[in-house]
Amino acid sequence: MTKLKAYSVSVISITCFLLIWHFGTKWSGVPSYLLPGPIEVAKSAWVLYSTGLIFPHIGITLTQMLLGYFLGCIIAFLLGALVAEFVLAERILFPYVVGFQSMPKVALAPLLLVWFGFGMTFKVVLVALICFFPMFINTMTGLRSANPDLVDLYRAFSAPRWLIFWDVKLPSAANSIFAGLQISIVLGLIGTVVGEFLAARQGLGHLIQSSSMNFDVGAMFTSVFTLSLIGVLANFAVRSVYRKVVYWEKTTLTAPVSGH
Amino acid sequence: MANVSMLDIDGISVVYQTTQGPLLALRALDLKVEKGQFVSVIGSSGCGKSTLLRVVSGLMSVSEGSARLSGSAITGPRSDVGIVFQQPTLLPWKTVIDNVLVPIRALGLPIANYRARAEELLELVGLGKFANHLPRELSGGMQQRAGIARGLIHDPAVLLMDEPFAALDALTRERMTMELQSIWLNTRKTVVFITHSIPEAVFLADKIVVLSGRPGTKILEVPVDIARPRTLETLASPEFGKIANQLREMLGASSAMH
Repeated sequence: MTKLKAYSVSVISITCFLLIWHFGTKWSGVPSYLLPGPIEVAKSAWVLYSTGLIFPHIGITLTQMLLGYFLGCIIAFLLGALVAEFVLAERILFPYVVGFQSMPKVALAPLLLVWFGFGMTFKVVLVALICFFPMFINTMTGLRSANPDLVDLYRAFSAPRWLIFWDVKLPSAANSIFAGLQISIVLGLIGTVVGEFLAARQGLGHLIQSSSMNFDVGAMFTSVFTLSLIGVLANFAVRSVYRKVVYWEKTTLTAPVSGH
Repeated sequence: MANVSMLDIDGISVVYQTTQGPLLALRALDLKVEKGQFVSVIGSSGCGKSTLLRVVSGLMSVSEGSARLSGSAITGPRSDVGIVFQQPTLLPWKTVIDNVLVPIRALGLPIANYRARAEELLELVGLGKFANHLPRELSGGMQQRAGIARGLIHDPAVLLMDEPFAALDALTRERMTMELQSIWLNTRKTVVFITHSIPEAVFLADKIVVLSGRPGTKILEVPVDIARPRTLETLASPEFGKIANQLREMLGASSAMH
């Protein structure tokens, strides 16, 4: 299939979906305060965007998501590297990793709320915690996947450890690390919204909740679509950075599957 | 000290500690390689060839015996050893010339001083035009040639080649064997060439060492006194056939015992 054909199929599919949605809500008699049609949602989105009312919410959600994401990923990278490089670090840290790994991190949210209060810190910590594990595991396994012959080649010339890490192990782990970054950004967005559901005065999660109280379903839809857009853009950003950094790979990053 | 061999391995045994207990990989192995000599080491799988390689490059210590390279005992990683692996083992993120310069970088020597030499070596192995390409843009044979250039960059006392053509197709393999001979005639390096292939071993070597299966030990040493440069006709010559047959019988007998 040519590229143009492929795109036109997607466009037709979306048009059909919108039409079914529009006439479905119109003819089925479902009241629009339960399920608004696409036109009502568009109107509501227009109001939220043209008045600029939604922008502070987007700003807050993005800030929290990105702060938590970078915090979690950086710590995860450092600890992952430590565990991959030093057996002692592995012995010390691994029991905790195994213990925490299977725990649903959002379950810790109420506890974090007690510790960090209602402010931004709470959400940033929650997001960081959620982002931590995929990044940690991927960094660790990636660094360990380096070709032993290449490592031997450097070792045979008494290369310092940091050089082996920098020249061989880190680039070998690049694919794996980027897979971790990609899974984490999606999970981070979920974490942000969950945090905002629990306690927030601003943010898209908060907007969804307060609109729900007011039966403003149009605003809810607008917020949800905005969140998907953020997710898509964040994913795209990670992929673009991947293509720039991992220039030696011909393949593009495949979308990782993470059950959540 | 005119009679000291470049590589002098004297009765070495190597024991691996495995989960099933100790495993004897090499037993009382002797191997002498003179300066500028090309020695082929041949043997069936599991004859401890890679162990031998790791011993000479100083990545593994011996349990018994001694290993000396250009007069000094091998006790740790040695910078005067060049290694060419079975797979090209290039860094995919470095250009061909930067890959060739990896030993210099690992040794902490100034890269700028060796760039010209790296270019010469790439010319020698026929990759002069590909210095700034990434490995994935090269064929398997070309990658392996880059690997040979890398093995020579720091002018090592000995070049260890671990079945360097095993991963190549038959035609490329034959051509690479020819090219390796001309590279060797140009450089006159001391080479230890590990292989599974009898024709390859005979074609290239001044001396062939046959190892038995586990634990690896020497069962035969054959000199190859065929004039150089050897050509495709050499492969059909009676003296070539005689040595090849001798090896075939020896290898057949040693594997039949197991």
